[in-house]
Amino acid sequence: MKMKKAVSAILVAAMAMTLMAGCGSKSDSGSDKAADAGSESGSVFKIGAIGPVTGGAAVYGEAVKNGAELAVKEINEAGGIGGTQVELKYEDDEHDAEKAVNAYNTLKDWGMHALLGTVTSAPCVAVGEVAQADNTFMLTPSGTAVECVQYDNAFRVCFSDPMQGLESAKYIGEKGLAKKVAAIYDSSDVYSTGIYEAFVKEAENQDFEIVAAEAFTAEAKTDFSVQLQKAKDAGAELVFLPFYYTEASLVLKQAAGMKFSPIFFGCDGMDGILAVEGFDVDLANNLMFMSPFTPTSEDETIQKFVKDYEEAYGQTPNQFAADAYDGVYAIKAAMEAGEVTADMSPSDVCDAMKEAMLEISIDGVTAKGLTWEASGEPSKEPMVVKIENGDYAVVE
Amino acid sequence: MSFISYLINGISLGSVYAIIALGYTMVYGIAKMLNFAHGDVIMIGAYVVMTAIAGAGMPPLLAVLLAVIFCTVLGVVIESVAYRPLLNAASSLAVLITAIGVSYLLQNVALLIFGANTKSFSSVVPVPALALAGGALTISGETIVTIASCIVIMIGLTLFIKKSKAGQAMLAVSEDKGAAQLMGINVNGTIALTFAIGSALAAVAGVLLCSAYPSLTPYTGAMPGIKAFVAAVFGGIGSIPGALIGGILLGVIEIFGKAYISSQMADAIVFGVLIIVLIVKPTGILGKNIQEKV
Repeated sequence: MKMKKAVSAILVAAMAMTLMAGCGSKSDSGSDKAADAGSESGSVFKIGAIGPVTGGAAVYGEAVKNGAELAVKEINEAGGIGGTQVELKYEDDEHDAEKAVNAYNTLKDWGMHALLGTVTSAPCVAVGEVAQADNTFMLTPSGTAVECVQYDNAFRVCFSDPMQGLESAKYIGEKGLAKKVAAIYDSSDVYSTGIYEAFVKEAENQDFEIVAAEAFTAEAKTDFSVQLQKAKDAGAELVFLPFYYTEASLVLKQAAGMKFSPIFFGCDGMDGILAVEGFDVDLANNLMFMSPFTPTSEDETIQKFVKDYEEAYGQTPNQFAADAYDGVYAIKAAMEAGEVTADMSPSDVCDAMKEAMLEISIDGVTAKGLTWEASGEPSKEPMVVKIENGDYAVVE
Repeated sequence: MSFISYLINGISLGSVYAIIALGYTMVYGIAKMLNFAHGDVIMIGAYVVMTAIAGAGMPPLLAVLLAVIFCTVLGVVIESVAYRPLLNAASSLAVLITAIGVSYLLQNVALLIFGANTKSFSSVVPVPALALAGGALTISGETIVTIASCIVIMIGLTLFIKKSKAGQAMLAVSEDKGAAQLMGINVNGTIALTFAIGSALAAVAGVLLCSAYPSLTPYTGAMPGIKAFVAAVFGGIGSIPGALIGGILLGVIEIFGKAYISSQMADAIVFGVLIIVLIVKPTGILGKNIQEKV
């Protein structure tokens, strides 16, 4: 028995030693990395990006990765930012806040100058906290939650949730699309609730009436017959659907089943409905939604972007790819305007860039004359897309 | 008029729950285990139908038949590989945990093969929608077929258990496994048959579920599976008519709760009713209270 105890004591000691040794070697490699970064930092701009490329939200992260890579490639071919080449490093966060912070730390060790990210809202809020403490510049292509840009070092390319609700209500009211409007929203989802609340608030100032407001939750998102029936009974001419295309495809199908055909109006989460495998695109005819980007637009910049993207990745870019593409160009513009050089520390870069962000204006693929406010919000005109015969059409 | 429409929708949703609940209730009644992978067999059945129609160009009826056969085999394989070795294990929790494991396995295999993207399931129901009262009330073809299938399945299953030898063997095993074995009944065979029938019903439920709510992901079966389990407990787990009553009540309460109380609170209402029922009658509506003799 005593023998056993002695052996276990030795084992514990040995384990403790290896643990410490582990620490030692880790800090060594850390300083190596820092030294590497130091020696290299004079030669290239390092842009880090974070987003999910595996897991349930992989579609979004993949698009951002492709869009950002395309932009960086173009910038480098055109001579880089102020003559300095750009390097992009993309880290996966699996749409998980903790993994996103780890990814951020990895990029920080790598010597990142500015962050493009993160792609999804919840991780973006978490990374925002750390980035603010470090004073690292961040620009999220697609984080729509209000808190994503709550600090002065953070900006975004997309519209925020409340902005989408507000703009949707304005659009419906100003264009006189309907007098009686019904809204269905996902009360278990921040995105959906955020848009819905802003929509209701703005609706008071507009010349239409909300005749039915119905919710659903993540646990009961297959049957929408009740919500649609109520909208139908209330005589709604337009049904507002601020949620993702997966559920929206079910709503459209069930509405068709009960011969209810109002105007359906969605937000950016509706983008992608035509790509659902096996979806009957006729159901989406006349569906309208707010989208920052339409691949079928005749605009030259957009056409070139779509063509290059299709050549490189074999698919049509969605709004996430477009947001990322514009995001990289915004970083470039802010770096040039702020006269940032590659040997500056990330904190100095951030100070220069957050000033510069307020001065720049970009003609990108998601908007012309895109500018930013100190709040971190972009100022751009919303675009409304209508689906006609299985294809996108922009409506003025 | 909207009241009738809600009622019909509720019965339709409840019919799907009832067909799924049958699988839970039969397996529980006979093997005394909760097969939590049942909901995922539904999802596999739906993917088989979709692949057979979209990929191999099969006619819908043949595709449904293929899915039924596939799920039957799958059910028997799961039973013999994952559950049978554990049925006599010291803790009944072992089988429960394995069932949860099988559930995740099926979800992840589907994720690997079909990807995470939502696929739209094109309805295999050829029945057109029925317009009543001059168009004020529309009943979709899927609703009609779902309710009809549920009735046919219930009658067929009740007859099977009452009249056939295998059905009688099931009853015997559910009442007393040991005594049934002594009477020369093949207990393992009977349990395997139960799984086969339960899984075949899961395939039918999958087709009906996805025809009515045409969106298919690897997680499609999970939530209806849980709701159907609740329906089975509601009606009295182990009882076949109980599954029918539990399923339909659950569907109707869910839809009425949404329609007349609050659309966000639908699930809270459903589970609230479940708690009340279980407090008043702990064995469920039709559950038998068997006193154990010591």
